[in-house]
Amino acid sequence: MEFIKPDINVDFVGRRKTAYLLSAALIALSIVSLIAHGGPRYGIDFAGGIVIQIKFPEATTAGAIKTALSPVGLASVMVQRFGEAEDNEYLLRADIGGTPTEGIAQEVEAALRGATGKEVEVRRVEVVGPQVGKDLRAKALFAMFFALLFINIYISGRFEFKWTLSALVAGALIGAVLLASRFQVSIPVLIAVALMASIACFWFLRLKYAMGAIVALIHDVMITVGIFSIFGKEFTLPIIAALLTVIGYSLNDTIIVFDRIRENTRKYNRQAMETIVNRSINETLSRTILTSGTTLIVVLALFIFGGGIIHDFAFALLVGIAVGTYSSIYVASPILLAWHEESPGKNRRKKKRS
Amino acid sequence: MRKSRKDLLPKGEGGAQGLRASVALRVVRLPAVGRPIPGSYTRERNGKLKNLSWRLALVGAVLAAAVVFLLPTINPQWWPHRKINLGLDLQGGMHLILEVEAEKAVESSVERLSHEMQEELRKSKIPYADLERVEGNKIKVRLLGDKAPKEFDAVLDKEFANLRILSRTADGQDQIVVMDLPPKEREHIEELAVAQALETMRNRIDQFGVSEPDIRMQGERRILIQLPGVKDTQRAKALMGKTALLEFKLVDETGDLDEALKGKVPKGSEVLYEQKTDPSTGRVTRTPLLIRKRTLLTGEYLKDARVEIDSSYREPYVSLEFDKNGARIFEKITEENVKKRLAIVLDGNVHSAPVIQERISGGSARITGSFTDAEARDLAIVLRAGALPAPVKILEERTVGPSLGRDSIRSGLMSVLVGGVIVVLFMAVYYKGAGLIANLALVLNIVLIAAGLAGFQATLTLPGIAGIILTIGMAVDANVLIFERTREESRLGKTPRAAVEAGYAKATLTILDANVTTLIAALVLFQFGTGPVKGFAVTLCLGIVASLFTAIIVTRIVFDYMLFQRHIKKLSI
Repeated sequence: MEFIKPDINVDFVGRRKTAYLLSAALIALSIVSLIAHGGPRYGIDFAGGIVIQIKFPEATTAGAIKTALSPVGLASVMVQRFGEAEDNEYLLRADIGGTPTEGIAQEVEAALRGATGKEVEVRRVEVVGPQVGKDLRAKALFAMFFALLFINIYISGRFEFKWTLSALVAGALIGAVLLASRFQVSIPVLIAVALMASIACFWFLRLKYAMGAIVALIHDVMITVGIFSIFGKEFTLPIIAALLTVIGYSLNDTIIVFDRIRENTRKYNRQAMETIVNRSINETLSRTILTSGTTLIVVLALFIFGGGIIHDFAFALLVGIAVGTYSSIYVASPILLAWHEESPGKNRRKKKRS
Repeated sequence: MRKSRKDLLPKGEGGAQGLRASVALRVVRLPAVGRPIPGSYTRERNGKLKNLSWRLALVGAVLAAAVVFLLPTINPQWWPHRKINLGLDLQGGMHLILEVEAEKAVESSVERLSHEMQEELRKSKIPYADLERVEGNKIKVRLLGDKAPKEFDAVLDKEFANLRILSRTADGQDQIVVMDLPPKEREHIEELAVAQALETMRNRIDQFGVSEPDIRMQGERRILIQLPGVKDTQRAKALMGKTALLEFKLVDETGDLDEALKGKVPKGSEVLYEQKTDPSTGRVTRTPLLIRKRTLLTGEYLKDARVEIDSSYREPYVSLEFDKNGARIFEKITEENVKKRLAIVLDGNVHSAPVIQERISGGSARITGSFTDAEARDLAIVLRAGALPAPVKILEERTVGPSLGRDSIRSGLMSVLVGGVIVVLFMAVYYKGAGLIANLALVLNIVLIAAGLAGFQATLTLPGIAGIILTIGMAVDANVLIFERTREESRLGKTPRAAVEAGYAKATLTILDANVTTLIAALVLFQFGTGPVKGFAVTLCLGIVASLFTAIIVTRIVFDYMLFQRHIKKLSI
């Protein structure tokens, strides 16, 4: 059985202008949404606060719960439906404020039981102090930073087997970050500095494959974060884990397409780069679609059957994997090509040497 | 014949298969003068087979190890007694992060030192006034007369060598001296306080009775406590959070309580409250008491604390038994203070303040108060386990009810099942025979992840299950890469054997490379993640390694077996 015929030849490269527009629009939308929402919406892990998950024996409304809770004295309480409608589960979110959190779950339970006259079940209580929230935020950003650092080092050396250059990139990155950290900047700024430093490194060292990969990676993460922001979803520790996984997965896809491009440049060195890139994408298309397909199917299963707690995590993976697949075809390879067209002289010389 | 033999060799370029090709070419070129040696085919075949049996042995060993590690999960009695641990999010329970307010331990040390100094100065008959602890951890004293400083220095050198003099200021005839503990000493006290707090927590949880608790340091001052399966979370929290500092202090009977309540507290005394809950109405009454600050005896000297029931009121109380030193001190206190009131203060709350009727020897006392059974039991636990050297603050608390944990397991397994079945069916339909081989690898993959979880004593969490699901999706990726390559090679007209050979050779490096990036992300997550996220990192790492093993080695064995042993002529791919 074959979905993709072996002689398939879709003109992906020819449509790259449209793809650029689409990507630019999505990224712009993400940024607009992030600005409109005042940055990413932090979940309890990062913002601190109280989350209580309760289950009612029968249907009720968020308004009724809020009224019932008014004597408890939770600061700025938010009531949300959780999971499927027939589960009658609700999530209460509140700030810690000045209220003592000792026994807050009991108070909530008592208040709700008193108001509804029914047994309510407190299924989950999470209280995160503001200090811990700050620490977890720093920890998550550090994780992202280190993942980016190691992945950068890997991709800068890996595509063209220039490991000395990779060491150079690593040195430059660490240097830039150390320099930036002397100015006491926050970790998001540090990550931005690291990213900019690595793009600059790839530019000056003429690491075109690494450049394509990193641009695709930034593209994927930005759009995933943006879509999360558009849907008003919260960033929690598991979402950061999902984002890191998306980074790994997106690169995985890109590496496979790039490997084929390298192989084909050697095989058909008389052909135009554009043809080679398009040919490579087509040759790997079957694999790209199959793998993304199977991964999307399992993540979709998780999204549908995994329950409320894992729902957002699955959503992040779903978006990230879809965007990652798209970007390895429509972003990473065209960037490589764009670079090639920019400096034809250099490449001709390179070709002669090989 | 010659043609077919050539077809056995991969037409690879570069990398690993180029190497193999050149080695193989030499085999062919050797007999170039005459006819090809009839045995050359057999030789290669034998080499392959020998190689095959080696790989079979490896896979067999890994599989055997996996089964051994999985046995205890099926029946805990079986060796090697390591089950797969379920995270708190799956089995329910409580996760707490406490911060030890270690600077309070320094303060109480300084407080103790100031009391000792008072004693010493009185003993040495050095005239002084206003000896007190100021600004948290400094001691200030006013030495009266010009002879006092010299004598004071002698006492300081002899008894308080660890104190550092911050300033001496002359004030008329007197001298005011301010001292504190040097930073090194303070650090030492803080470290000790944290270590002791950890130990105390262990003791308390031990006595509370939680199976398989996890108590460890996190950072310098934080204690992470995980209590799987705890149902009465409120009680557990109260038990963990209590400092349990038991003090015996005299009631200040000369001072004026009303004046004190207005803010004019006599020197050396403080206002503490006695809190009582009426068991029938639930009404709480708070009675203020003027208590001397000086601590006469602490819970440090306790040998035992037990719950007993008062025979006349049928109320539970906690009976205390002091050790030898404690008993002696207690005897002395009661002897010197007959007819005075002795307050029993726990964490700053007065529990009771009975009048001492007579000298009490033997070293036993009781704490009464309106306790419920559980309260009395918990009080006995914390007193037995000892006081915390400094108070703790709950920074983070996460509790998951057992029913939610069960739901999570059910929905997690459901998604694994649905996702897995769809992928397995798809692979079988799309790649036919080869798909079945990939499915075998997939099943083996899950077995290996589970065995890895048990073997490394890792914890399976809900995101961890998500990691397994993701692995199912990604594990077939390796096989898809190999199969797509093999199909491509077949289309070029290669024999099945050559196509498989080339497919694996060309795909292996790509597979390794492509997985490195995900592995990097997973390892970073493992390093930084906590709890559920760490569980995800663990299954993702295990899944990647297992899928490399099954996709590259195990499926290859099956293919080689089919091609070399069963002489399959047509690939089902």
